[in-house]
Amino acid sequence: MFYREAGAFKTNYAADMALYPLPITRWAVVATAVLFIVIAPMFFGEYVVSLLNLILIAVVGALGLNILVGYSGQISIGHGAFMSVGAYTAAHLVVALHLPFWVTIPAGGIMAALVGLVVGIPSLRVKGIYLCISTLAAQLIIEWTINHVQWISGGVQASIQIPRPSVFGVALVHERQIYLFLLAFAIIAIVATQNLVRSRIGRAFIAIRDQDIAAEIIGINIFRYKLYAFAISSFYAGVAGALESYYLGIANYEQFQIDVSIDYLAMVIIGGLGSVLGSVFGAVFVTLLPVVTRIVLDSAGRVFFSYSDLLSLVPNLRLVMFGGLIIFFLVVEPDGLNRLWGNIRNYFRMWPFSY
Amino acid sequence: MAIDRTEPTTAPGQIQLAVTGVSKRFGGVRAVEDVSIAVRRGAIASVIGPNGAGKTSLLNMISGFYKPDTGSIVFDGTDITRFRPSEIAACGIARTFQNIALFSGMTVLDNIMLGRHVHMKAGILSSLVYWGLAQREEVRHRARVEELIDFLGLQDLRRQPAGALAYGLRKRVELARALALDPKVLLLDEPMGGMNQEEKEDMARYILDVNEQWGTTVILIEHDMALVMDISDRVSVLDRGRKIAEGTPAEVQRNPDVMRAYLGGVAEEEQAA
Repeated sequence: MFYREAGAFKTNYAADMALYPLPITRWAVVATAVLFIVIAPMFFGEYVVSLLNLILIAVVGALGLNILVGYSGQISIGHGAFMSVGAYTAAHLVVALHLPFWVTIPAGGIMAALVGLVVGIPSLRVKGIYLCISTLAAQLIIEWTINHVQWISGGVQASIQIPRPSVFGVALVHERQIYLFLLAFAIIAIVATQNLVRSRIGRAFIAIRDQDIAAEIIGINIFRYKLYAFAISSFYAGVAGALESYYLGIANYEQFQIDVSIDYLAMVIIGGLGSVLGSVFGAVFVTLLPVVTRIVLDSAGRVFFSYSDLLSLVPNLRLVMFGGLIIFFLVVEPDGLNRLWGNIRNYFRMWPFSY
Repeated sequence: MAIDRTEPTTAPGQIQLAVTGVSKRFGGVRAVEDVSIAVRRGAIASVIGPNGAGKTSLLNMISGFYKPDTGSIVFDGTDITRFRPSEIAACGIARTFQNIALFSGMTVLDNIMLGRHVHMKAGILSSLVYWGLAQREEVRHRARVEELIDFLGLQDLRRQPAGALAYGLRKRVELARALALDPKVLLLDEPMGGMNQEEKEDMARYILDVNEQWGTTVILIEHDMALVMDISDRVSVLDRGRKIAEGTPAEVQRNPDVMRAYLGGVAEEEQAA
């Protein structure tokens, strides 16, 4: 914000189409990112880093859902189920074949993408609330299948324990080690999404969302692209699910139930539909909100409630707040936190001479 | 030019698009009945007729939104009657809509870039990676898009959201998007509807320029008679789903059936009086 945009002239189209057209922004973004995202967390406490780890996983999942809901305009409340497909695929490959993470995580993504393709088929015929219901059905069917089919669930507990991933022979046992591991995936996911939405496939997604008839007339095969959207979105979900089970050391279908799908919907709506940065904001916000509420209630809540009431209040309050926030953002700021950030940035762009 | 234009397989002056005996019913309504139109390559062919004559339905059948109940549509020797709209676009038939169908949230530039969709090849993987294949392709096609921006005088609107533009400009952006397909045949559904005289003349000039510079065949639906008669090579007249006349503008203007359709039988009354 301490620079001006005047005087930066572009002499070729590649420069004009760059993510950060101004060299100074490019370096500012890289420098800030390295400082705050890579270096600073190395000095944080274990608990804070563990929260950051959950955020990084959520970023990958939220980006995936935003590609489907925000960019392609297809609603889905089966995101949690796609994550579970990725998680169980990776877990089985680790336990049965002892494959390294760089095989199991993409494999989890691919398996989830295949399931996503099948779930996406009704999207040709049904839209809006009906598609919502069919993805809800998918969520419940996948949940049930994993829970009841022995060779998938891995036994009565329906959970599979997996060891932490190892990079160059070093097992990532400390929170800070796995933080850097997850960070790499989150950055790849962010950059890949940014690239996707500014090139041919992403533009076609947005076209289908905005005007499906016009999209068809310029040669976009709507059915194929809707399936692409489901597959890519589910791939991200599968990767996020695999990362989460690596991080927690266990793949369990209870981690990926319907409330998780709704958490992710809340992330993309609160963060900003159709925005990469918004997905990140949403992931941070939705992951931290329950933590902040608990801290607030722990310190201030004792005045009003007994300890046992508080214990039952916290998880329920979380759902109530997400419901309320989704409605609030849909009504007041449909473009989410990303728009609020944009407003702040635009204010300072011309500051102090904003005329 | 950075990109080679694919040459039409039909020689100039030969029949490029043959619509033969097409009919379309909606319940009891006969929107189009047994209409045949043959358009020569490089011609500007207009379809006129009173409201509800079936002009837009005919265009919808050519661009694949409606499947005709009977008849066939042959383009450059290929039967496209049962093709999906996206396949027809890929064959080289572009169109605009009567009530503008732009992607209103996107910039003018992105709207026109979308018109290049069928000519671009980047798949999912190269899009995700971007640097390399997809970026080179974006730059190459951007060059063609910039030519169209220059051609239609949209330079200062590149980064504007298409939905925020004035009506006449939105029509122009929609034309640019259709032209970005490098179409062999351009279907225009009332490109001058709702425009003032000056905007109409601009649009007429663009249509003539497109036809002349690139040899694009144009099929035009329009209500402004003076304009239609000025720029068309052939005019077909539809009334209540049937074709009642066809010929050069001068022939059509003299046709008594056409006068009756437009003036509601006034011609006969005049003759009687």
